[in-house]
Amino acid sequence: MLEVKNLRKTFGAIRAVNDVSFNVERGEVLGFLGPNGAGKTNTMRMITGFLPPTSGTAIVNGFDIRTSPLDAKKQIGYLPENAPVYSEMTVFNYLRFIAEIRGFTGAARDARVGGTVEKCRLDGVRNQSIGTLSKGYRQRVCFAQALLHDPAVLIMDEPTDGLDPNQKRVVRDMIRDMAREKVIVLSTHILEEVDAVCSRAVIISHGRIAANASPDSLRRRSAMHGAVEILLDKPLPEAATLLRSLPSAASVQEEGGRFVVMAKDKDRLFHDVFALVKGGSWAIGGIRVLDGRLDDVFRDLTMNDNGTARPESAA
Amino acid sequence: MDAVRNTKAIFKRELASYFESPVAYVFLVVFLVLVQFLTFFIGNYYEMNQADPRGFFFWHPWLFLILVPAASMRLWSEERRTGTIETLLTLPVSLFQALLGKFLAAWVFIGLAVLLTFPIVLATAYLGAPDKGVIVGGYLGSLLLAGTCLSVGMFTSALTRNQVISFVLSVVICLFLLLAGWPPITDMFVKWAPRLVELVASFSFMSHYFSMQRGVIDLRDLAYFASAMIFMLAATHQVIENRKAA
Ligand SMILES: Nc1ncnc2c1ncn2[C@@H]1O[C@H](COP(=O)(O)OP(=O)(O)OP(=O)(O)O)[C@@H](O)[C@H]1O
Ligand SMILES: [Mg+2]
Repeated sequence: MLEVKNLRKTFGAIRAVNDVSFNVERGEVLGFLGPNGAGKTNTMRMITGFLPPTSGTAIVNGFDIRTSPLDAKKQIGYLPENAPVYSEMTVFNYLRFIAEIRGFTGAARDARVGGTVEKCRLDGVRNQSIGTLSKGYRQRVCFAQALLHDPAVLIMDEPTDGLDPNQKRVVRDMIRDMAREKVIVLSTHILEEVDAVCSRAVIISHGRIAANASPDSLRRRSAMHGAVEILLDKPLPEAATLLRSLPSAASVQEEGGRFVVMAKDKDRLFHDVFALVKGGSWAIGGIRVLDGRLDDVFRDLTMNDNGTARPESAA
Repeated sequence: MDAVRNTKAIFKRELASYFESPVAYVFLVVFLVLVQFLTFFIGNYYEMNQADPRGFFFWHPWLFLILVPAASMRLWSEERRTGTIETLLTLPVSLFQALLGKFLAAWVFIGLAVLLTFPIVLATAYLGAPDKGVIVGGYLGSLLLAGTCLSVGMFTSALTRNQVISFVLSVVICLFLLLAGWPPITDMFVKWAPRLVELVASFSFMSHYFSMQRGVIDLRDLAYFASAMIFMLAATHQVIENRKAA
């Protein structure tokens, strides 16, 4: 289990991370979202013991990263942003170095490295030097490095950045497979990824947590959530007026033959709309309840009034 | 025994990384060629006694001045520039273990270059009958001097992510520490400020280096080199701790 307690980081006047707290249990995959400069990387660097926090701490599987850093680091596998790995080493030698530091020796070390190479599909490049690999392969080497010791806590800063669509799938599948027995925290800018792998999302903005909830419950905050979309095959001039007059409808957007009825009462809207269109002379091409989109929620939570996403200054 | 294991793993990686690029071979060849050139041609020019290995060890500080910073400049600046310092320091290793592993690897590498000069010393031994103590003292002094220059180089490497800046800074610092105790320079200044010259000279590598050249292994000289290295390593530790992500 990972407990993040009141983490703060200031650089001069910039508050990069401002009182961030959250817990992640085993079996959870936490998606860390936020605009550029929100403080995701800084938070992860503090959790993994790379950056000393200005205040606050993180407890990793029972070990405080500030008071027992080495024990805490043993619990963690970390994939930093941009996958920094030694470019002059070969993939195999690099992973062997990691295995040695992780405490594997002799045959156990070789078995670990072999297994990890296979798992991360690096067999084809095992003797190639890392500097000559493509960006996606470098990312995979760094991913392999993080997984090698089968850590209890896996922290990944934009793990699918630079991967092709197939590889993104592979990595997401791997994350889902590992999720049951691990604590996983990953940051991403891809909102579909949150739906695909995360059981919970933390949205951070200007160094502060703006939301901490499951993807579904976040979507529920969207204005579009519960709205009903109707496609008409044949135009019906009075359609908009009729829809707007429903007691459970807040407003109606019309665009060609597509109507979106925003909900005033989410529970009743679909019934009301359905009863209305069933009765009259509507040529219905399709009708469905909208889920709402994470994009919209993300934008609402992270944009300032002036439309920018700058970190707040302490001035 | 995590500490020993970690230091050893980092040491091995660092040492291997010297040989994974052509830099190592260039370094070794340049060192060996220059040391012979200086000893036999320039040395002759000043009519040094061929049979005296001191003529050979005389040039080491000046070679180290350029070559040690070249070998140390990438130690930390490259880690910082490429960001690998983040992967390294989030592994379960302490900063001290990482520092020590890197330092020892670079020291062994430079030490290898120094020890490969042994045939030269054998040649002088063949020509004359040099004192064994002078040879042992000379090599020991040379290795300690290399280690001290290296600790300075590692420090400047931690200061910046730019290797060139790191190189220039450590050349300047080492040059100062060499010249501050070099008789031709101290003789020049001693007329104006004898006390000050004496004080500055006591920080210099040179007096300790020359005293070991005589074949006398004095505890005070050993203590000087050891404390200089420990001081620079501690300073490096401090710098990295404070500016890891900068
Ligand atoms: N060493 C530093 N000195 C000054 N400011 C810094 C430093 N490191 C980070 N910052 C600032 O802290 C803020 C948070 O940065 P961070 O890298 O955590 O953002 P992020 O959420 O990871 O962004 P991205 O999505 O672009 O990766 C940024 O405004 C950044 O400029
Ligand atoms: Mg980031």
